[in-house]
Amino acid sequence: METPENDPKINRRKFIANGARASVLIGIGGLAALVAKKTIAGQTVWQLDPAKCIQCGRCATNCVLTPSAVKCVHVYAMCGYCDLCGGYFKPETKTLTTGAENQLCPTNAIKRKFVEDPFFEYTIDEPLCIGCGKCVKGCGAFGNGSLQLQIRHNICVRCNQCSIARSCPADAFSRVPANQPYLLKESGQEENNNKK
Amino acid sequence: MKKNAVLLILILVLTIQLLNVYGVQRFPKPEFESGYVQPDTLQPDTRAELLAIMDIVVLTVALAVISWLVLKKRSRIGVFCTSVLSLVYFGFYREGCVCSIGAIQNITLAMFDENYVIPLTVIAFFVIPLIFTLFFGRTFCAGVCPFGAIQDLVSYKPQKLGTRLNAVLGLIPYLYLGLSILYAATGTDFIICRYDPFVGIFRFDASFGMFLFAGILLVSGIFIARPYCRFLCPYGVLLNFISRFSWRHMTITPAACIKCRLCEDSCPYDAIDMPVPGKNPEDRAITLRKLILICLLVPFFVLLGGYSTSRLHETLAGVNGKVHLAKSLLEPTTNNGQPETFEITAFKSSGKPVSQVFSEASAVIRQFYIGSWILGCFIGLVFGIILARQLIIAYQADYTPNKGTCFSCMRCVDYCPVTPEEVKS
Repeated sequence: METPENDPKINRRKFIANGARASVLIGIGGLAALVAKKTIAGQTVWQLDPAKCIQCGRCATNCVLTPSAVKCVHVYAMCGYCDLCGGYFKPETKTLTTGAENQLCPTNAIKRKFVEDPFFEYTIDEPLCIGCGKCVKGCGAFGNGSLQLQIRHNICVRCNQCSIARSCPADAFSRVPANQPYLLKESGQEENNNKK
Repeated sequence: MKKNAVLLILILVLTIQLLNVYGVQRFPKPEFESGYVQPDTLQPDTRAELLAIMDIVVLTVALAVISWLVLKKRSRIGVFCTSVLSLVYFGFYREGCVCSIGAIQNITLAMFDENYVIPLTVIAFFVIPLIFTLFFGRTFCAGVCPFGAIQDLVSYKPQKLGTRLNAVLGLIPYLYLGLSILYAATGTDFIICRYDPFVGIFRFDASFGMFLFAGILLVSGIFIARPYCRFLCPYGVLLNFISRFSWRHMTITPAACIKCRLCEDSCPYDAIDMPVPGKNPEDRAITLRKLILICLLVPFFVLLGGYSTSRLHETLAGVNGKVHLAKSLLEPTTNNGQPETFEITAFKSSGKPVSQVFSEASAVIRQFYIGSWILGCFIGLVFGIILARQLIIAYQADYTPNKGTCFSCMRCVDYCPVTPEEVKS
């Protein structure tokens, strides 16, 4: 196309196009600046607050991963090492043995180990845990609440919108700073803070 | 021992009735005599901060490379290779999150919710592709977005859809964008993420619905090239708009168009604007009259859209958790012996007053009322503009890519027989 540089029509078009371009750029920049005020330098990750959790069991079913990235975490510092563990045994259990019919956990993910009379240590086998929260409910109701549900960050894929969060009835999920990614409760939290 | 156990259970059951407070230290921590060492509670670390910065670097480098391949090298193979690499990195390695499409919602929520903290990566993923588009056209779509890349791989037998069908289906992304902004602004849900079709494929794990949606898109994608990008993608709406102002955009021919028509059927996305022959004065008068009529009708469309959508605001708000809870609290409590919902259990254990739930819910419904008016007006306006655009026939001499809808995939370039060397000689 042969259009001389000094053609006023072309110049006007160029001027308008440049103006439009500049205003779009200003718009994008303005939007970025507006939201940049709400940013933090680091990343945020999803975590659930055990204090709000009601152990509805949706963590096990609503995560995009199978099994869920939510696992039961044992805060040993809070544990009473009970023989009759409310998190390990079904409420109507009569004989305190490791028989499958006695166990609350549907996947046999809690390991019970004798320490000394009358204390037993309970360990979560995380690859087996599906995050259903049955043991958490039992421990919270009958025991010290040392079993707590937490998102495991080595498994979590960090969805932009956590699919458990949007179906959580207790609104327990929130984004937390990535340098403090766990929200373990009370005495457990203190212990972790002391360690740091 | 057995008796003791039963007794203990009974006592415990009684205790719970009194103390329904979570995390009571009912049993003191034992003092071990056997030298037992209490294990640490494992807290695996999250993904390293550095990798998040790497994502931004990879995004910027990929955009720079593909813009260079599109504008300087004019290489279809180059674009294809970049798109495969992007699919591997952003899709299968990064598993689709965070993506630029979903970032719209984070940006919206950050603007409307003062407590929301938005990570820097999300802002970068939202802004960087927009800036590149403003300079070089939709090179992001060409081969950086993993969604585009995966659909581009399957578009095997693309069919032409025709201008009208394209225009009608092209209205859907505006509706999707409007709805996703409405739901994000009210803090209800991130619907783009919820109905994300390909993230399940990237993770090899998803619900049945997700796989079904992905399957439908990929199978129909064999015949309708890039169905998600063209008829759903809300980020595409922004890119389409911004790309129209792009500083440099890819061209089909490297030099002067010889109107050989070879590229005419090459575009799988119907994004090539055909040459429009000289102006026809008679046609013009009729078209102008139609155009004026439509322009006069636009305010009517806007009001109609706004009014009819605002009628739906309570239905739209029903998805919101607060509204849902308030509704279920209003319903009669005797629901045929069914156990109460988890939402109500959680509400009862939280100790929030009922009045607070209702006031929060009515505030949300109010937001939805305003939001649905804006959404409806926006859709009406877009409809009017699209209708008017069908009538504007601008004179154009050559085959050019439509700056708005062209994905810069470079398929058409291979069909162009003109080479820069030939022109020089």
